[in-house]
Amino acid sequence: MFEKPLGLRDTLPELYETKSQVRTNIGEEMKRWGFQFIETPTLEYYETVGTASAILDQQLFKLLDPQGHTLVLRPDMTAPIARVAASKMINDNLPLRLAYSVNVFRAQQREGGRPAEFEQIGVELIGDETVSADGEVIALMIATLKKANLNNFQISIGHIGFVQEFFLQILGTVDRVNTLTKFLFEKNYVGYREHIADLSLSSIDKQRLLDFLTLRGGEEVIEQALALIENNQGKESILQLKKLWETMVDYGEQKWLKFDLTLVSHMSYYTGILFEVYADLVGYPIGNGGRYDGLLQKFGKNTGATGFALRLDRIIESLGELANMNPSECILYSEERRKEAFHLAEEKRAQGLNVVLQDINGVKQIDACTNQYEEITFLIGNAGGRNSI
Amino acid sequence: MNSILTIAMPKGRIFDEAVDLLRKAGYLLPPEFEDSRKLIIEVEQENFRFILAKPMDVPTYVEYGVADLGIAGKDVLLEEERDVYELLDLKISNCYLAVAGLSNTKMNGVAPKVATKYPNVAASYFREQGEQVEIIKLNGSIELAPLIGLSDRIVDIVSTGRTLKENGLVEYEKIVEITSRLIVNPVSYRLQDKRINELVERVNQVINDEIS
Repeated sequence: MFEKPLGLRDTLPELYETKSQVRTNIGEEMKRWGFQFIETPTLEYYETVGTASAILDQQLFKLLDPQGHTLVLRPDMTAPIARVAASKMINDNLPLRLAYSVNVFRAQQREGGRPAEFEQIGVELIGDETVSADGEVIALMIATLKKANLNNFQISIGHIGFVQEFFLQILGTVDRVNTLTKFLFEKNYVGYREHIADLSLSSIDKQRLLDFLTLRGGEEVIEQALALIENNQGKESILQLKKLWETMVDYGEQKWLKFDLTLVSHMSYYTGILFEVYADLVGYPIGNGGRYDGLLQKFGKNTGATGFALRLDRIIESLGELANMNPSECILYSEERRKEAFHLAEEKRAQGLNVVLQDINGVKQIDACTNQYEEITFLIGNAGGRNSI
Repeated sequence: MNSILTIAMPKGRIFDEAVDLLRKAGYLLPPEFEDSRKLIIEVEQENFRFILAKPMDVPTYVEYGVADLGIAGKDVLLEEERDVYELLDLKISNCYLAVAGLSNTKMNGVAPKVATKYPNVAASYFREQGEQVEIIKLNGSIELAPLIGLSDRIVDIVSTGRTLKENGLVEYEKIVEITSRLIVNPVSYRLQDKRINELVERVNQVINDEIS
């Protein structure tokens, strides 16, 4: 066996076929919603895309170009699309609807077998700062997951702006907000509670911070969150979530959603509504997304954007089975009847069948060869007629 | 959706206390539960499945989602840094991580060595102290290392201190207090939220009652 670099894998025919079917189903739906596919280079400058991306520095694959510039293998697609959109596409200030389906690269810190290269399929809606845009990408995500034949998934929705404003109102300084947010990020609720116990705050404020952890569930979370707010700080964010809920009710898709206001993402560029999607049989989110109103500014355009990315490998894991390969049939021929074989193959292919043409002299073990195919046609020797098995 | 909840339990020291806690929370676990040698135990009346794992592996089962919940020591969580929710401090199996060694010895100035089952925790602790040490990973009987001259210090769990004493070792610094935690897979935490929330509340009630 020849070894491959850590975390990189080959895709063999059955998996390839499955991926391509899922990709087609999802991609077609994205196109039906008016999103246009684009591609960007696999390599980008570390200085621009590498630093704008939210993936940890130690997870980037870095290399040097012949002039000595540091390059990265793109770790996500949001930063490259922001670069393209800001530099080339949004001159007339119209909302842009872009889609992509590409491999991204993230070096793994542990368990070498985890994929370091995987395919993401997603969209970005750039230049529209309304909640309608957030609703549209979430509704589209739901539509694509249905097209991918997933029927048990759940989307958790949070709002990073709310978390920050709510914490700032109580804690007063950005440093203290960051410390507390880190516990959420690490999913360490025990540490979160211990940290609050140690803070010098009124018991009312401590209780509000503890109650914050319970802001998970359905529509009722909106009211609970509003009850926790004072001085209207953070209210705007909650009203956005309320509007999002109403939007999703109008789409008729609210049943897939739950609120989880404790949700914070490793994607540090998110500024508003953000979400993760979970499905059966996979221990990790199969996709995530959110609003990132600051990222375009890093590339010189002051406009908002929102989008999502799904992980194709995890969607396939959740589906639980690989696609059936289209069965091929085989025509085994000898030189004497070559032309006849070619004609027959052409006819069958025109009918939409997958046909393998095989010169019998090229096969060492006839039985092993014929066992691979559902149907075999022998066109051998000078005698006329056809033998099919 | 009311499918089976899978709970990863650590074999050994923590197991009995954890089972006790679940019983106090009103869960009906069969009496022969503790004596079973099975690795997977189904408890049909509660719709639970328990898997019995090495303590160090519990967060791994939970992170990958093959177990929805787990009970794991904070020492293991610090060492493994798995992507799981740490929801409750169960306040059982109290102990702490400490640096120990032969009494009245100093760290070797040329090539200081530390033996431990917790290489991540030990490395980050000594890094924070500004000391460059060589970390030697062992899988058990850590006390042997300084006795036989493999290392100057060890980083290990101390509960009563008896093992250290019996081997002529003394504690130098305490690193962090340890208790067992209830951990949850992030996806299960969403897809099975009703059952998990209920379990968390019931267990939390027991913990609070024991304190007061």
